[in-house]
Parts: sequence; C-alpha cells; structure tokens
Amino acid sequence: MLKNIGSKIVSSIDERYDLTPVRNLLQHKKVPEHRHSVWYYMGGVTLFLFIVQLLTGILLLLYYRPGEDSAYESVRFIVTEVKFGWLIRNVHSWSANLLVLFAFVHMFSVFFSKAYQKPRELTWITGFIILVFSLAFGFSGYLLPWNELAFFATKVGTDIVGVVPVIGQPLKVLLRGGEDVTGATLSRFFGIHVAILPAIFTFFLALHLLFIQRQGMHEPEEFKNLPEEKKKYIPFFPDFALKDFLLWVVVFNVLIFLALYFPWELGNKADAFASAPKGIRPEWYFMFMFQSLKFLPAHILFIEGELLGVLFFGVAGLVWMMVPYIKIKHRSGWKFQPLTLIGIFVVIFIVIMTVLGYLL
Amino acid sequence: MRTRVFYLSTTVLLTIFLFGFAFQKTDNKTKQTPKVDNCLSCHKDIDDMPQGYSDYDVHRQAGLTCASCHGGDPSSTDQEAAMSPAKGYAGVPKRKDIPKFCGKCHSNIDYMRIYQPRIATDQVTQYYTSMHGKKLMAGDENVAECASCHTAHSIFPVKDPRATVYKLNIPSTCNKCHGNSELMKKYNLPSNQLEEYSKSVHGIALLKQNDLGAPACNDCHGNHGAMPPGITSISHVCGMCHSSNMEYFNATKMAKAFAEQDFHGCEQCHGNHGVQKPTDDMVGVGKNSKCVDCHDKGDVGYVAAEKIEAEIVQLKNNYDAATNKFLEVREKGMNDVDIGFLLQDAKQNLIQSRTLVHTFDPAKVVVKTKDGMNITNKAIMLSDKEISEYYTRRNGFAAATLAFLVIVIALYLKIKDKEKRKQA
Repeated sequence: MLKNIGSKIVSSIDERYDLTPVRNLLQHKKVPEHRHSVWYYMGGVTLFLFIVQLLTGILLLLYYRPGEDSAYESVRFIVTEVKFGWLIRNVHSWSANLLVLFAFVHMFSVFFSKAYQKPRELTWITGFIILVFSLAFGFSGYLLPWNELAFFATKVGTDIVGVVPVIGQPLKVLLRGGEDVTGATLSRFFGIHVAILPAIFTFFLALHLLFIQRQGMHEPEEFKNLPEEKKKYIPFFPDFALKDFLLWVVVFNVLIFLALYFPWELGNKADAFASAPKGIRPEWYFMFMFQSLKFLPAHILFIEGELLGVLFFGVAGLVWMMVPYIKIKHRSGWKFQPLTLIGIFVVIFIVIMTVLGYLL
Repeated sequence: MRTRVFYLSTTVLLTIFLFGFAFQKTDNKTKQTPKVDNCLSCHKDIDDMPQGYSDYDVHRQAGLTCASCHGGDPSSTDQEAAMSPAKGYAGVPKRKDIPKFCGKCHSNIDYMRIYQPRIATDQVTQYYTSMHGKKLMAGDENVAECASCHTAHSIFPVKDPRATVYKLNIPSTCNKCHGNSELMKKYNLPSNQLEEYSKSVHGIALLKQNDLGAPACNDCHGNHGAMPPGITSISHVCGMCHSSNMEYFNATKMAKAFAEQDFHGCEQCHGNHGVQKPTDDMVGVGKNSKCVDCHDKGDVGYVAAEKIEAEIVQLKNNYDAATNKFLEVREKGMNDVDIGFLLQDAKQNLIQSRTLVHTFDPAKVVVKTKDGMNITNKAIMLSDKEISEYYTRRNGFAAATLAFLVIVIALYLKIKDKEKRKQA
C-alpha cells in the first residue's frame, strides 16, 4: 500500500517535472569496489556531520542570544533549562570536532590515492576551501559561549593574525571589531558563524558535490589496470547509499554517546579584567600550528620567528591547495613517489606537533 | 597720624610674631634631625647600644635621635657636655616614669599630628585608668608600662608584622608576663590564658589560620586601658563582634536574671579564653546542655530548651541531607547552580536560627527553622529531579542505541541480501 502511494507521488512529479535525469543518475552511477573502497565513505560521513551541524545549529539559534551580557547566560540556559538543550549543544560541539577530523581523514585519503589528479583538480580545490572554512567555523563558534577559555584563546588566535605584515593589523582590528576582544568581537563572530560562513560554505559544498556527481568516483591506478571482467562496481543507489546510511547511523550513535558521557564544559564566564586561566589552548585542529609557532625562536635572520611561521603556514596551505598542478617527475628507481613522501611527512608533522602541544 | 602709627606698629608686631613662629618651627625640626648624632656614633663605637636596638625602629625612621627622648646635646663630641643635665639630658627613665616619658610627645597632639594627623594621644591617660597604670602609680614596678609591650628601641607601627603589638604577636606579647606563673601568683591571677586561648575558636582562627579578623587579647580587654571585663560589660565586649547575639540576649528576661545573680553574661555558657565553637547540643536537655545547669525538668526554660534544640537539629539534619544530594548532583555533572543558591539560603537560615537561640523563645526560632526546612526540602526536591534526569538520559541513550542497533542490523541484512541476489 505504501509502495503504491509512493510510486503514485513519484509518477505525478515525473509527469510534471520529468525526472529522467535524476533517474538516470540514480540508475547509472556506479562506485568501484576494491580494497581501498572504505575511504569513499569518509566524505559521506563529513557531509552527514555537516547536516547535523546545520540542524543542531538552527536549534541552538532559537535560544542563543549574542552579547556580552547574554551569550554565556543563554548557553547556560540551553544546557540547564531547555528540554534536550544539553544534548543539542553537546552534539553540536562534538559533531564540529568530528567534522574537522573526518574532513582531514577524507583529504589525506584523497591525497594518498591521488584522486585529486586530472580531471578532479577543482574537486580538490573546492574541498580544500571547504576544510579551511570548517576551521573558520570552529574558530568563530568557539568564542560564542563567551567563557574564559574561549575568550583568551580568541585573543591569542587573533593576535597571531596581527603578525602578518601590512594586512595583519587591519585584519586583526576587522576580526575583533576594535583593538581588543570585546562584545563587538562576539557579535562579529556570531554574524560570521551563522550567516557569512554558512553561505560561502554551502556554495563551495554544492560545487564540490556537483563535481563529484559529474565525474563519478575516482578509480585507483591498480583498479584501472585490471581487466574489465575483474573490475567490480556496485550501484550508487541503493547499494552504496545503504552502506553510507548504515555508517551514518553508527556515527550518530557515537555522537550521542560522546555528548552524554563527555559533555563540553561551559566553565566560567569571560572576564576581560581577570588574569588568563591556566591551560589556554586552541582547538586541537589548530594545535600543530600553535605548537610549531611556540617552537620557533624569537628571531630567525632578522625576521620575527612568529611572522616567519605564520607566512610558512600560509604558503604551505596555498601549495597544498595547488597540489593537483604540481608535477614532480617520478624516477624509476624510487620506491615511493615524491609527493607521497611529502604527504607522509606532513601527516607525521601534524601528529607529532599536536601530541607535543598536549604533552608540553 | 595716629592711624598711621597704629598700622605701622601692628605690621611690625605681626612681622616679629610670624618670624618668631617660623624660627621656632625651624628650630623644632633641627632639634629632631641634627646633622651629627654623636650619641649614636659614640655608643656604636664603644659597643654600648641599648638592648634590642633596631635601626628600623619607628622613631629612628622618622628622624628622631637618642636626644629626642633622652635629652642632651648630640652635636657635642665631649661626653660630659653632651650628657649634661644642663642640656636637658634625662638619661634612662625610671620604670614608674616611663608613661610620662613617652607621653611627652605621645600626649601632645600638636607634635604628633606632624607625623600622623589621625593618631590618638590619649594612651597615657588611658594607661593610668588601667590595672597596669593604677598599680604602677601605687609603686608596683612589676606591672607593664609602655616599653613592656612596645619595647624601647625596636618599636614598629602596629600594622607592621615585626611589631610586638602586631595582631598575630599580641597573645605572645601579653603572655610574656601573664604566662609567668610566679609573677601572676602575686596578683592571684591564672597564667594559662594563652594555652586556653590557643585552643579556642578565636585562637585557632588568629594563630593557626592567620585570620586577622579574629580577636586577640586587646580586642576584649582593651590595650592601654587594659582591664578584665566587668560582669556588666561582658555581653558588650562579645557583642562588639557578635552584635545580634548581644541584642537578642539583652532583650530577654534572662539578661536581668543573670545580672541579679551576678552571672557572667556570655561567659556563663561559652567560657572566656577557651571559648569553643558552639555546638547544637549546648542548648537542649542533653549531657552537654548548658540550659540544664539552671533549669529543672518540667519548668518553662527546660521545655523551651528541648523545643529549640529539636528544631535546630531537625534543620541541621535536613541541611546535611540536602548538601549530600547536592554533592551527588555535582558529581554526576548535572545542573547544580540553583541547588547551590538554595543551600546558601538554607545555611543562612540555620545560622540565624542558632543566633535566635539567644532570645530563648522557641516561637522565634521556629519561624527561621521553618523557612530553612522549606528551602532545604526544595533543594532536596530539585536534587532528586536532577538525579532522576541523569538516569533518564542514560536509559534514553540505551533505548536509542537499541533502536539504532535494530536499524543497523536491518540495513546490514538488506545489504547482504542484495549481494547474495546479485551473485545468484
């Protein structure tokens, strides 16, 4: 009976809007099956977490009130008084962190499987932009509860921006809405977090997904070299989609588990006149950069160490974004491709610096 | 012409007066701070300095010299000339003369205000009203004079921790004499006050916790006018800090009865130097009760004491139960903010109920304990709600996980089924 109603609705829409392109896409899109197929799911999980962020973010907006005198109080109200408010806020915080984690995993899996190569250069670039905006989401959202740790972490974070020559200072003032981190910064970050970033993010996400739909999933080299009869594919719909959905359910369950058993502390309200509390740290995904800057000496050849570090990360980010256009000739004697070696080095660097950031 | 002479003579006289005044002032200053202080340099050279001399002594730091107190001529290098009575040399004062010796300056406000505009100058007057002062006047040279407490040559301002009269040092300063049993025997006084005080609630606060708000000896006995508090003044002495207790007590019939029977006010129940933190069973009819010292079973006071104790103990137990619940809520990471506020209010009520014991009126105590009970009950109710919410969340999570598990299994079976069909 339900099936009948469903097909009636579909045929009525089909009659009016012609669903042939959608039907073709669903019927013909195929996903290659091989020993590295598991990495195909990472992007899907990231997308799912983005959807969770969007929905929980909208719910939080119903009660959150930006402002020096109301932000902290409203978040406290959400987690103490609002029905399921604690769950929504903690899921939002955990999902934000997992989103960045899965985005990194997704990016490195794409990097090491060389999926960014022609013709998927723009998919890589839009993906990288999405990652940068995810980090910006994290940075701006961190301040919104207006608690002590967030306040001082934002102070340190925006100070780092100020190091950049020429544009650094004006950019810092623009970000803070003045010389210092104040209520004006909070309003600004709120606007950035709930209006500016979602608009830009959604645009690049749509492009990213459109490119994937147009070009289909990337096939690894060894898969391409297989004879046709040994190549295995599964239809995107419903087979791959079912597996995707299964993983989403598991991730959602883990998310609720984390929200319940490891809630995010609200801490004390921000006080500009209080001394900075112990253990001010950026979010974990900024830790490798923060720790690297701490390791740099005050001056390196007449240039400020911190400035050099910030410039290095800026340039390194740009180079990483342009990876599809970098060609290094692979000599026959080499066991690994040079770019793969660089990628391994980058992963090791990020992991070691992050661990050191928490240990030291 | 006459008017001119008048103006001229007035101007001349005024000028002379002003010059004289100005010179006198300058003279005064030079007297205090001579360029050469031969007393000090000679006595240092021959190593004949007064016992306990300190260069950081308040007088020395203010620029006063030996001659400022002892007289003589510090500018002279000749011993006889410098220490000649003709130059005002007074030498070491006799013990009975010390109060007046210090009072030369300390009782003179015109002089003292140069150094401290708000300084008191009635210390010597007060001293002669004290037991120490009276006995000294009567010729007893064993009693304390200024230097006994302040020292002679290492005097520091009262707020300086090096001072013998700094709050934390006062008990040991008084104990120098009052802890001397041989000396105290002469006056028929006990000598274990410091021992008792050190174990008291006041002594622990001051000496162990360095709480400068706690009373030292002088806060109850006075300093320069030191006297044992009289029977009538005891409740006033304690009431300087415990004002509500004093107010309630003085308004009762009991206060009059105490006065008639020469009972020592607060001291009668709480003791003096060894005063302990009061316990709830001091009121009531148990073995630690103070009420049954006077009240017999069945009389009005006995019944009132029983009722008051029961009320306070009930509130205390409820407050403890609420505190335990609050700690459980906090330990579980649930919302404890409002419960914390309620507990603060409840504690306030408990303190007020205990203070109201001094009205000896159960009806007045009940008003507060009733309020306290309502607040603690509310705190317990809120805590129970939070604790129940804690378990509800966990149960909800278990149910959700079960539901997700069913979906995951169903999806897995569906995927496997599809794969099987494909292979077939």
